[in-house]
Amino acid sequence: MLGLNSRDFKLFIIVCIMALAAPILLNPFPTASAMGESFNAGYPALMQRFVIFGILVIGFNILFGLTGYLSFGHAAFLGVGSYAAVWMFKLLSYNVVPAIILSVIVAGLFSVVIGYVSLRRSGIYFSILTLAFAQMSYQLAYSVFTPLTNGETGLQVYNDDPQILMGENSPTVPHFFGLEMNAQSVVDVAGWSFTFQNGYYLSAVFLILAFYLSIRIFRSPMGLMLRAIKSNQTRMSYTGINTKPYMLAAFVISGMYAGLAGGLLAAMDPLTGAERMFWTASGEIVVMAILGGVGTLIGPVLGAGIIKYLENIVSKINDGILHNWFAFMPDWLDNALVTIIHPFIGKGWHLTLGLLFMAVVIFLPGGLVQGGQKLGGLFRRKKTDDAADGAKTPAE
Amino acid sequence: MDAFILQILNGLDKGSAYALIALGLTLIFGTLGVVNFAHGALFMIGAFCAVTVQKLLGLSFDVIDPTQTDFLGNPLKVAIPYVEAWFGPAIGGAIQDWSVPLAILVVIPVMFLVGWAMERGLIKHFYNRPHADQILVTFGLAIVIGEIIKAFFGANPIQTPAPEVFIGTVDVGAWLGMDPGSVAYPTWRMVYFFFSAIIIAAVFAFLQFTTFGMVVRAGMADRETVGLLGIDIDKRFTLMFGLAAAVAGMAGVMYTPILSPHYNIGMDFLVLSFVVVVVGGMGSLPGAVLAGFLLGILQSFASMNEVKALIPGIDQIIIYLVAIIILLTRPRGLMGRKGVMED
Amino acid sequence: MSKSNFSRRGVLKTGAIAGAGLAVPTYLRADGHAGFTNAPQGSTVKIGFNVPQTGPYAEEGLDELRAQELAVEHLNGMGDGGMMNTFSEKNLKGNGILGKKVEFVTGDTQTKSDVARASAQSMIQKDECIMINGGSSSGVAIAVQGLCQEAGVIFMAGLTHSNDTTGKDKKANGFRHFFNGYMSGAALGPVLEKEYGNERQAYHLTADYTWGWTQQESIAASTEALGWNTVQDVRTPVGAGDFSSYIAPILNSGADTLILNHYGGDMVNSLTQAIQFGLRDKQVNGKDFTIIVPLYSELMAAGAGSNIQGVFGSMNWNWQLQDEGTKAFVKSFGEKYGFPPSGAAHTCYVQTLLYADAVERAGTFNPCGVVEALEDFDFDGMGNGPTSYRGADHQCFKDVLVMKGTEAPTNQFDTLEIVEVTPRAQVEYAPDHPMFAGGDLGECNPGA
Repeated sequence: MLGLNSRDFKLFIIVCIMALAAPILLNPFPTASAMGESFNAGYPALMQRFVIFGILVIGFNILFGLTGYLSFGHAAFLGVGSYAAVWMFKLLSYNVVPAIILSVIVAGLFSVVIGYVSLRRSGIYFSILTLAFAQMSYQLAYSVFTPLTNGETGLQVYNDDPQILMGENSPTVPHFFGLEMNAQSVVDVAGWSFTFQNGYYLSAVFLILAFYLSIRIFRSPMGLMLRAIKSNQTRMSYTGINTKPYMLAAFVISGMYAGLAGGLLAAMDPLTGAERMFWTASGEIVVMAILGGVGTLIGPVLGAGIIKYLENIVSKINDGILHNWFAFMPDWLDNALVTIIHPFIGKGWHLTLGLLFMAVVIFLPGGLVQGGQKLGGLFRRKKTDDAADGAKTPAE
Repeated sequence: MDAFILQILNGLDKGSAYALIALGLTLIFGTLGVVNFAHGALFMIGAFCAVTVQKLLGLSFDVIDPTQTDFLGNPLKVAIPYVEAWFGPAIGGAIQDWSVPLAILVVIPVMFLVGWAMERGLIKHFYNRPHADQILVTFGLAIVIGEIIKAFFGANPIQTPAPEVFIGTVDVGAWLGMDPGSVAYPTWRMVYFFFSAIIIAAVFAFLQFTTFGMVVRAGMADRETVGLLGIDIDKRFTLMFGLAAAVAGMAGVMYTPILSPHYNIGMDFLVLSFVVVVVGGMGSLPGAVLAGFLLGILQSFASMNEVKALIPGIDQIIIYLVAIIILLTRPRGLMGRKGVMED
Repeated sequence: MSKSNFSRRGVLKTGAIAGAGLAVPTYLRADGHAGFTNAPQGSTVKIGFNVPQTGPYAEEGLDELRAQELAVEHLNGMGDGGMMNTFSEKNLKGNGILGKKVEFVTGDTQTKSDVARASAQSMIQKDECIMINGGSSSGVAIAVQGLCQEAGVIFMAGLTHSNDTTGKDKKANGFRHFFNGYMSGAALGPVLEKEYGNERQAYHLTADYTWGWTQQESIAASTEALGWNTVQDVRTPVGAGDFSSYIAPILNSGADTLILNHYGGDMVNSLTQAIQFGLRDKQVNGKDFTIIVPLYSELMAAGAGSNIQGVFGSMNWNWQLQDEGTKAFVKSFGEKYGFPPSGAAHTCYVQTLLYADAVERAGTFNPCGVVEALEDFDFDGMGNGPTSYRGADHQCFKDVLVMKGTEAPTNQFDTLEIVEVTPRAQVEYAPDHPMFAGGDLGECNPGA
């Protein structure tokens, strides 16, 4: 269906459901409960980040997962896309459509230039070239290009900006032809409260489109070609195929995905800063991809979700909240548990992150997707064992 | 002219720091084929060895002095370091003053141990894994090490001054026959430069002139054949990892008086040292050293006001710009070997 | 419960009610209650402390957090009440705010605008905070201030020293207690004149971003008014680490004064390295070479060690002040944590109390009521002498401290000494002063 084989279609449907029902799925605990206050992630700002970074990493995966070329400067495209979008807000109006279109175009052009130059080298030399371009963009955006980027303060819309398409009654927040991004409806059901926000759904629709496109690319002849490049580029060249256009296409598509993500970030929250392009931001993209599972379809979305969850949820847990959880225990046990957990939460969330990377890379080289498959395999083997028992096939 | 000489000195000094870190990184990469993102963390552990030694020497007991009061109005507790109590204020003070050079003695065995533990405990399982996995696991390790350091020492930079005798400047101008005082350079930076030069020379001599070094070099070129000759190359590689860690650690210790160490210093040096290694050419020790000095000197010149007036912001991007230009003109960096890290 | 109750009609009815509930969602929940975002429900009110807990300013952020927790304790009637006893307004009675118990959530800004906004959004959207407090950099303060303006909650900025925070980036929902670059310049000027005379050649090293620029501009203006000459202003990359290539050219530039517009780790490194280059042992133009660090903090001073001895700078507040408010705060903070509070901690503590008091006076949590209560509000007893929030730009006006690195420290907290308390009149400026012009406060936004 939709040009997908049945397995891919199932995956696609799962992603659709996850994206559309996220406001419900991410609020598993009653809102006012201790668990809900700490672990619920179903509020718009975080859900937006889940899907936007999902788009970003899906795009990154088209380059890295298919071709094996590790770009260490992907955040630059995200940043450029955001700047383009905010400039559209400043010059035209708060309508997100021109902003998102321009951010994709600008990031695309930017990636054509960087890709054309960087793809002349491979391996770690390619990585360092992309890193160098991204760091240069960051440094310049932070300082010399301040008139264009507003430097450290970050580019934002001021009341005295031209906004030439802005009418009398135009909304003063980003909107989709009048549909304000930050408008939301809250539904209270029993102890739960679910927030459905326009901005989130716009991003979610883009995630679904981005995911669909990525499946099509993975299954296309071009995807096959890219994978062939990954396994042996020299052999491809010897067969007389010019691999360069394919590589550049993958790089640019990947850069445009990042531009789209940047544009959406700005559309959700019309401010952007240079630190979006810093090398750690690029590193984060790599980490998300590897954590989820490089080269798999769903891995990038999972990886992005987990990192953003840690960053936003674990970093907010403090000792007071811990004491709340353990309030039912005797004091000494409560204190002991809090002392043990203390280094890993709040200001120590980086430690949790670092340990998680290491654990995943050591034990699950294929990322979390592989973990899921292993788990699935465990159950399936049990099932087949049962079946085997039933059939009483003789042992070999 | 004097400004020019000063910037050359700065460049050599910066360059020696870059070269020393890049050297360790290349040693690990060249021998083990592992991309070690935790190398900056090793540098940081070295720096914090100096901090620890300084703190240990400063360990003190409290004497309550009723004549003075603290900020809450309670009698002031005066801290008296044990070393001063044992050896008297003069000798005790001198021992504390020399904590950074003393830390060199501590850092070598400590870093060998750290390197050994890291290689045996973690890295050895990653020899046959893709480079991306190596990068991620060592990156995770670097974060964990940084956080542990932060838990013990806080996030603020910690002052670790050089011994009193090395504070002040050396009149380099007078050596060169210029007006006295025209080119004054900090003594400790000169010490750092010569120290780095000695370490770099020692590493090269070790690889060049010892049997051990010869085996390691052979192993770098063709690990399998050396193994077939019945030589336990793994054990030697573990030692090499220890050596690389010790080099990084010593660089860290000696750099503390110039740059007050903090828990993120490893990450700050990480990207830079990778750029240096890659510009030098993956797997090439002389390349790493050459690239270190080249980038150090270019960065110093780019920081000059005259240059900045010509091209604003050039000092912020020079390293990356040079890296791009070199990689585009020389496919494998300055002295890289064909086929290394190209896939 | 008998089975007969479970009739088909009953099922339909409940279904219809549930359906209606889904079909008519409450558009922006708070709207239905009080007309502003996150109107407190029940017996508690929640505020958000958004401070850097990782990254270069983590120590400062943690100190802010300590002070904020202390403020919440005091508001809820625990502890000794601290500055609530010395505050000129007596509306706070230790029963929370408007009788509601104060709760708080914490977040990590990492000193990155994006992360800080994400954290603030989660406080507003998920935790339903009514006010955000804290932060340790101007970029972050401006970013979060803009967010709070859009969302309709009050933002009480923490440590932010750039002129822009209450200049071109000022917002109606944001308030700043901390002083700014202009005030540092105005306060330092007379002291520098007295100490170093009217004929100095100043060389600036400036962190290459907005805060650095505004401070450099302010200090250059005030020293040039004394007759000093600005030889050169060199911009240095943030986090450069090794500043040697920027310091070396100073040696023979003819300058006799170095002004370091750096903060945090950059300041510690550039000052240490400048001293290693022998700058302070030099004699230029027949004068002793001197170094000035316009913005000081205790944590930086501790990091720079003996290098700051005799170096002048300015501060918003210092624990060594001898007024009643300061003494009360230092006592409760010191007894709880074992060391004196930093200036950043003081600002965050005071801002929390000021917010609570403004709500009490307004009689509502509605941000517009709070804004009205805080605008042109005069108060005393909070450690800075008579203070007021100016309505035109939401900047606090109060005395500024000129500090000097202690020459012979007697204990580990004795790093800085107060040279002069510059009276408030001397650091005041017009709201449309060129360094602050171009912004638009806008209207207060209650959200919803």
